[in-house]
Amino acid sequence: MIQTRGLRKSFRSRAGREVKTVDAVRGVDLDVPAGEIFGFLGPNGAGKTTTLRMLATLIEPDGGQATIAGADLLKNPGEVRRRIGYVAQGGSTWDESTGREELVLQARMYGIGKAEAQRRAIRALEAFQLTEFADRKCKTYSGGQRRRVEIALGIIHEPKIVFLDEPTTGLDPQSRAHMWDEIRRLRTDGMTVFITTHYLDEADALCDRIAIMDHGEVVAEGTPTELKREISGDVVQVGLDVSATGEAEKLLDGEEYVNRLELLDEGGLRLFVDEGATAIPRILRRVDAAGLDLKSIELHRPSLDDVFLTKTGRSLRES
Amino acid sequence: MKLARDTWLIFQRQLKLLLRNPVWVFVGVFQPVMYLLLFAPLLKPALNAPTQAEAYKIFVPGLLVLLAIFGGLFQGFGLIAELRAGVIERSRVTPISRFALLLGRSLRDVVSLMVQAVIITLLALLFDLRVFIGDLLLAYLMLALIALMTSAVSYGVALKVKSEDALAPLMNTVAQPVLLLSGILLPLAFAPGWLQGVAKWNPFSWAVDGTRALFNGDIGNDRVWQGLSIITVLAAAGVYWAARQFARSVR
Ligand SMILES: Nc1ncnc2c1ncn2[C@@H]1O[C@H](COP(=O)(O)OP(=O)(O)OP(=O)(O)O)[C@@H](O)[C@H]1O
Ligand SMILES: [Mg+2]
Repeated sequence: MIQTRGLRKSFRSRAGREVKTVDAVRGVDLDVPAGEIFGFLGPNGAGKTTTLRMLATLIEPDGGQATIAGADLLKNPGEVRRRIGYVAQGGSTWDESTGREELVLQARMYGIGKAEAQRRAIRALEAFQLTEFADRKCKTYSGGQRRRVEIALGIIHEPKIVFLDEPTTGLDPQSRAHMWDEIRRLRTDGMTVFITTHYLDEADALCDRIAIMDHGEVVAEGTPTELKREISGDVVQVGLDVSATGEAEKLLDGEEYVNRLELLDEGGLRLFVDEGATAIPRILRRVDAAGLDLKSIELHRPSLDDVFLTKTGRSLRES
Repeated sequence: MKLARDTWLIFQRQLKLLLRNPVWVFVGVFQPVMYLLLFAPLLKPALNAPTQAEAYKIFVPGLLVLLAIFGGLFQGFGLIAELRAGVIERSRVTPISRFALLLGRSLRDVVSLMVQAVIITLLALLFDLRVFIGDLLLAYLMLALIALMTSAVSYGVALKVKSEDALAPLMNTVAQPVLLLSGILLPLAFAPGWLQGVAKWNPFSWAVDGTRALFNGDIGNDRVWQGLSIITVLAAAGVYWAARQFARSVR
């Protein structure tokens, strides 16, 4: 449904007299099959929005190519526009308009006739539980209501693919859960949904497949389960004072059961081991013998954050 | 056909929003009305005009052109608000014509200018101004073209600079000399030769002369067709350039 090869984009920005080039996206290859929820996971500034804006024909790529719903992005952007919906990260509704007006206008901008546009607006308002506020100005909506209108705007013309840039950022947990249901419903209706997020749990629970992005590159791609399985074994997190961390690192780095080891900024270590149950007693003994003050020890299955950590050397939670 | 339909769509939307808050049309007309009431009475003695009506024939056309220029140039501010709200980006992912995004907005501005022009003309009628309806309609055409051009340029510039802080000084810097070099407030016939020479290069000066000739019932005056032609060409160029800004990427 979406195929990209070597998609690139750099921005020139001026800071005072200096001209800097930011390589926002540097060569992204993606293959998204029809009918799935595809997630783009990455920290702030990773290049998620820039990639989406390229795919939505809003900015021209510096290089690379893409086919979206069968249309060539560079040669036929007009056709791409007809087949996709796009919901921006920063919102897209006008304060002084009502939700219904926005929906009708949006449908009309896609060339749909007036009567049909009104019918679709009514249906969308119902589907997103907005009927109650339909004729109130958008500026009176809560953040969650407004976000729902925006998503309804993105799909009013029944596109094959919809791009949702951080659909749940800023929503409370309950509205987020609702939004997840809405997004799953879009998939049920046969749409391909491409979302970006920096929430690990969202990527894990909502997405059929994810691509992890960092510094303008896709560093890993697969189903959440596949990605986590790639990191075999368990993760043992050892809580230590910052001062003791260095010494502990030296102690444990050479141990044959430790596959990989990461320092934590707040003090302590994260150890990737084959089997947590047998590793913990050995770690305890080793740290104790050296007289270091062990504050806590935790065992967990690898999370997407651990995937991110192994791929980039940083934790998504910290960035 | 698609262009006409899309333009109508945007025009309707913009007009609806304007009517929801029509106070802006009247705020815009307030200053020129003040000039008409408080400044124009000084003109009969100052210009040595035989009657008050004669003085108005000189002053009112200038005032209307002024309104068209300024009314248009400051429309960009509304667009920057729309940019910030994401409305423009949302329009740009749809297949709607980019020309329509501009034209629909600019035509709304033309309509709101026409309402203001009619208010001023009606007031001036109270002061014994008399114009033939045919001449007046042609003068309104000139005003509409001016407003179309200035509002399009303002939108184009707004899309380029993307911030009110940059737009305001820019528009003022452009508008002031244009204003002074067009003989809007007083005819340039009073100006020294060098000033008249410079003003020849100001298209608005031709437009003002043409409009004055029309208010004077002098439809055969060369300045009428010259002014109309110059402004038509500039309006077309302005619209074309601004529509391209809508087509280009904007953040
Ligand atoms: N118009 C622009 N001009 C200059 N730099 C830009 C522009 N747009 C994006 N960038 C830069 O490109 C990089 C990627 O930005 P992008 O918005 O794609 O990140 P993101 O992954 O969406 O981040 P976030 O999670 O914060 O939304 C950033 O360093 C950003 O500063
Ligand atoms: Mg983003």
